[in-house]
Amino acid sequence: MVPGCRAAVSDAVTRLKLFVPLLAFAVLAPLLYWGLGRDPGAMPTALKGKPIPAFTLPSLTTPDAQLDQALFAGQVSLLNVWATWCPSCRIEHPYLMHLAEQGVPVFGLNYKDEGEPARRWLKDLGNPYREVIFDASGRLGLDLGVFGAPETYLVDSRGIVRARHVGVLDERVWQKEFAALYQSLQNPEER
Amino acid sequence: MSFVMGCAPRRKCQVIEQRLPLAPARAGRFTGLGRMLVGFALLGVFAIVSLPSPAAVIETEALSDPALVARYRHLIDEYRCPKCQNQNLAESDSPISKDLRSEIRRMLEEGASDAEISEFLVARYGEFILYRPAFHSGTYVLWLAPLAFVALGALILVAVVKRRRRSQAPGLQAEEREQLQALLGRAAQADQLDKPQ
Amino acid sequence: MLAEVGHFALILALCLAGIQAVLPLAGTYSRRRLWVAAARPLVSGQFVFVAISFVILALLFIGDDFSVSYVAANSNSQLPTHYKLSAVWGAHEGSLLLWSLVLAGWSLAVALCSRSLPVELVARILSVLACISVGFYLLLLLTSNPFERLLPIAPVDGGDLNPLLQDFGLIVHPPMLYMGYVGFSVPFAFAIAALLAGRMDSAWARWARPWTNAAWAFLTLGIALGSWWAYYELGWGGWWFWDPVENASFMPWLTGTALVHSLAVAEKRGLFRSWTLLLAILTFSLSLLGTFLVRSGILTSVHAFAADPTRGAFILIFLAMVVGGSLLLFALRGPVIYRQAAFAPISREAFLLANNVLLVSACGAVFVGTLYPLLADAMNWGKISVGPPYFNLMFVPLALTALLLMAPGSTLRWKQHAGALLQRPFMVLTVAAGVSSIIWLLWLGYEIHLVPVLAVALGLWVFLVSVWDVAQKTSSVRGRWVGIRRLRGSYYGMQLAHVGVAVAVIGVAMTSYYNEQKDLRLAPGESVVVGHYRFEFTGLEQVRGPNYIAHQGSFSISREGAPVALLQPEKRFYSVAGQVMTEAAIDAGLWRDLYVALGERLDDGASWTLRIYIKPFVRWIWLGALLMATGGCVAMLDKRYSKLAVSRNSVQAPSSEKLEVTAPEPRDGAGLPGRG
Repeated sequence: MVPGCRAAVSDAVTRLKLFVPLLAFAVLAPLLYWGLGRDPGAMPTALKGKPIPAFTLPSLTTPDAQLDQALFAGQVSLLNVWATWCPSCRIEHPYLMHLAEQGVPVFGLNYKDEGEPARRWLKDLGNPYREVIFDASGRLGLDLGVFGAPETYLVDSRGIVRARHVGVLDERVWQKEFAALYQSLQNPEER
Repeated sequence: MSFVMGCAPRRKCQVIEQRLPLAPARAGRFTGLGRMLVGFALLGVFAIVSLPSPAAVIETEALSDPALVARYRHLIDEYRCPKCQNQNLAESDSPISKDLRSEIRRMLEEGASDAEISEFLVARYGEFILYRPAFHSGTYVLWLAPLAFVALGALILVAVVKRRRRSQAPGLQAEEREQLQALLGRAAQADQLDKPQ
Repeated sequence: MLAEVGHFALILALCLAGIQAVLPLAGTYSRRRLWVAAARPLVSGQFVFVAISFVILALLFIGDDFSVSYVAANSNSQLPTHYKLSAVWGAHEGSLLLWSLVLAGWSLAVALCSRSLPVELVARILSVLACISVGFYLLLLLTSNPFERLLPIAPVDGGDLNPLLQDFGLIVHPPMLYMGYVGFSVPFAFAIAALLAGRMDSAWARWARPWTNAAWAFLTLGIALGSWWAYYELGWGGWWFWDPVENASFMPWLTGTALVHSLAVAEKRGLFRSWTLLLAILTFSLSLLGTFLVRSGILTSVHAFAADPTRGAFILIFLAMVVGGSLLLFALRGPVIYRQAAFAPISREAFLLANNVLLVSACGAVFVGTLYPLLADAMNWGKISVGPPYFNLMFVPLALTALLLMAPGSTLRWKQHAGALLQRPFMVLTVAAGVSSIIWLLWLGYEIHLVPVLAVALGLWVFLVSVWDVAQKTSSVRGRWVGIRRLRGSYYGMQLAHVGVAVAVIGVAMTSYYNEQKDLRLAPGESVVVGHYRFEFTGLEQVRGPNYIAHQGSFSISREGAPVALLQPEKRFYSVAGQVMTEAAIDAGLWRDLYVALGERLDDGASWTLRIYIKPFVRWIWLGALLMATGGCVAMLDKRYSKLAVSRNSVQAPSSEKLEVTAPEPRDGAGLPGRG
C-alpha cells in the first residue's frame, strides 16, 4: 500500500512538472500582446532630463551673432531640427508657423545645411523660429543625438531636455506627446 | 493616416517620396528607410539575412595605424545604427552612421579608449546603440538566463543519469518486451486514475 | 474574373479544411467509420483548391494584372518572367498563400504515405493539420487577401519587385524554408494525435521519425540557402547576422535537431517520451512564433513585413490557441509513467540527452536574446539592443560543447559502452585530430587562435571518428559489400549529417577568423594586392539589363602571375523602383572565395571605391549544410520505415500495442558493436 501511495505522489509531482511549459507560455503571451501596441523604432532621447549640450554656433539669420545654450534659459521652448534637403521638413513647416502664432517659443537648429538656401527657405515659407542655430557641421546635432531631420525637442526654462519627437510634428503628435508636458512646465507651481 | 518620416539623407527622402504613391493603402507607420523598403516591396520572406541598403558601405578613409584599423573594424561591428532597423555601423550607409563612423575614427586617432568611445555614444544615443548590452540591473536576466538554462539542463542531466543508473539492470530483448507489455498495462491503469472522477 | 476565382478557391479550401478539422476527429470519438474515412478525400480536395488559388495568383503575375493590388505592389511589366513567378511569394500575402499551400502539401503527403498507420491515428493527425490550415486560411482571407482588387482605378504598371529580391535566392529560399517550417507541423500533429489518443509508445516515435527528418532536412537547406543568398546578394559578404528574423528560423532548427535525436531514443529505447512530445510541440510552436515575430512588426528587423497590428493580433490569437491548447493537452495527458530502463553515464542515451540539453539551452539563449529588447521595454528596463556580440558569446561555447559530444556520441552503443572511449583507434584519432588541426592551420599560414583551433580540431575529430566508425561497422567476414549493406539508412544518414556539421563548423571558424577585407579606391588600369592575389581593374563599361542599367567593372585576378579569374561586379540602377543595387562578383572555390564589390564613383570621375574580400573556406558552411540535409534524407528513406509498412499491411486493424510487439527493437547497425 505504501509503495503504491508513494508512486501516486511521484506521478502527481511529475504531472505538475508537465504544466511548466504551459506556464512559461502563459507568461510569454501577454508580453507578445503588449508588444503589438508598441513602436519598436520609437526612441526616447538619451538627453531626457539633461541640459542641452554646450555649444557656440552662429545664428543662421545674423551670421555674425554667436549663440550658445543660454538661449534656452527663461522659457519653455521647442527646438526643431530642420534642413532644406529634408522634404518632410517642408510638410512640417506650416504647423511650426501655427505653433509660433500661438505663442509657443520655437528655436531652430539648421542641421548640416547650407546658409543661403536655408535663409531663402525662411524668407519664402515664413520664419517660425525665434532664433535659428546654424549647425553646418552637424556637431551640435551629434551631441544632441539627432538621427536626422525633422526632430523636435521640448526644453524647459532651465534648458533641460524633457521630450523629443522624431519625424514630422503635427497637431496629433503635439497633443499626444507635447501639449500636456508643455502646459505643466509652463506652470510649475501648479504641479 | 500618418507618417513618421525621419529623413536623414538627401537621397533617401527622395526614395520615400517616390515610393509613397505606390501602395498607399498599406502604409502603416514607417520610421525610416529600412521600414520603407521593407514595408512596401520587401520581404514576404522569412528571408534569412538581408540588408535594406542596397548600396555598399565602402570607406577608404585611412587610419594612421593598422592596430587602430583593427580596433575600428571591431568597434563599428559592435554599435548599432541608431536610426536603422537592425544594422551595425559597419553595414549601414545612413548619414547618421557615416557621421558616427567618422566620429569614432576621430576619437581613435585622438587616442580614446574603447570605453570612452562607448561612453560618448551612449551619452548621445542611449544604450540602444550597444549591440553588446552592458551588464547592469536591466540586463541581468539577459546575461544570466542562458547560464541558468545550461545549469538547469546539467542538473537534470545528472539527475536523470543517476536515476537511470540505479534503475534495473538492462534486460534481454524478450524480457524487455514483457516488461513493456506490463508497463503498457500500468499506463492504461494510470490513465484511468488520471481522469477526473 | 481570374482573381475572383482564386479568391473563391481559397474560400472552398477553407471550408474543406474546416470540415476536415472536425469530422474525422469527431468520427474517432463517435466511432463512425465514414467520418473517419472522410479525412483523406478532404485533404485531397483542400490541396486541390489551395493549389488552384496559388496557380491563379501566379497567372495574375504573369499576365500583369495590375488591378490586383498585390500584383501592382510587387511586380512590373518589365520584370523578367521567372521573377514574376517568384514575386508571388515576394511579400506578405503571397508568402502566406505559399505557406498554406505547403501545409496542404504536407497534409496530402501524410494522407498518401500513411496507408500502414491505424486509420484512427491518421484521422486525428489530419484533423490537427486541418486546424492549423483553417487558421492560416482565415488569416489570408480576413487580413491579407492576395486577390484584393485596386478598383475602380487600376494602375497602368506595377511598382516592381524590390531589386534585392530579383534574384535566384528568392526563387528557391522561401519555398525550401517553408517546407521545413511547415514540415514540423507533421511531427506536431503526430504528437497531438498521440496525446489525444493517450498512446505514446515507441510506435509513435517510429512513425514520426521520417517526417521529422524530412522537415529538418528542408529547414537545414532553407536556412543554408538563405545564408548563401545573403552572402552573395544582400549581406556584403556576411552570411549570418543574428537578426530576429534569422533567429526565428534558427530556433525551430535547434529544437528540431533536438527532436530528431530524442526521437531516436524514444523509438529505440522508449525513453524520454514526454520530453520528445514536448519537443515536437515546441518546434512547431517556434515556427509559429517566427511567423508572428516577422509579420507583426513587434521587433525591429531588417526584414520584417509592413507592421500591421491587426495581422499581428490575429496571428497572436491563433498562436495562443495552438500553442496554449497543445501545451495544456500535454500537461493534462502527457505520460508520467517512467519506463524502467537503465543506462550508464557512458551510453548513447546519456550522450543524446546531453545533446538535447545543449541544443535546447542554445535555443533558450537565442530566444532570450531575440525577445529581450521587447521584455526590457515592457519592464521599463530601458531600450536595449541585443546583437551578434551577445549571440556569438552565448552560442559558440554551446556549439563547441555539442561538437565535443558528437564524435564519441555517434560511436557509442545503447545502455552502456564505457569501453568505447578507451579503444585504441578512438584515442589515436582524438590525438591525431588535435595535432593535425594545428599543423593544418600553420601550413595554411594562419595565426593560431583558440577558437579556430578548437573548432577545426573538433571538426576533424568528428570526421575521422565517423569514417573509422563506418569502416569498423561495415567490416564483415563475408566481405565489405555485405557489411555495407547490413547497415541501415538511418545510420549512414546520421554519419553523413554529423560530417556535415563538422564541415560547416570548420567553414564558419575559418571564415570568421581568417577573412581578409580591404576597402580601397582604384581607377581602371590600377591594381592592388590582397593576400596572395593581385586584383587588376581592367575596365569599366555601361551595360543594360531588362529593367536596370548598370556600371560594370572588370577585374582580372592573378596569383603569382598566373591568371585566376575575371570578376565583373556591377552597380545597378533599377529605374522603376528607383533603387541602386550593388551586385558583387564572386569567384567561388572550395578553399577560398574572392569577392569584389563596386562602391561609389569618386569625384575625380575615374576611380571607384571597392571592397575586396578573401574568404577562406566559406563554401564549407553551405557544403556542410548540404551534407546535413542529405543525411536527413538518407535517414528518412531508411528501409525500416517502409518495411514496417509492408508488415503492417498484412495485419488487419491493428492496435498500437500490437505494433509495439510486432516491431521489436530493431537491430540497427548504429546500435551494434563493431564486429571484426
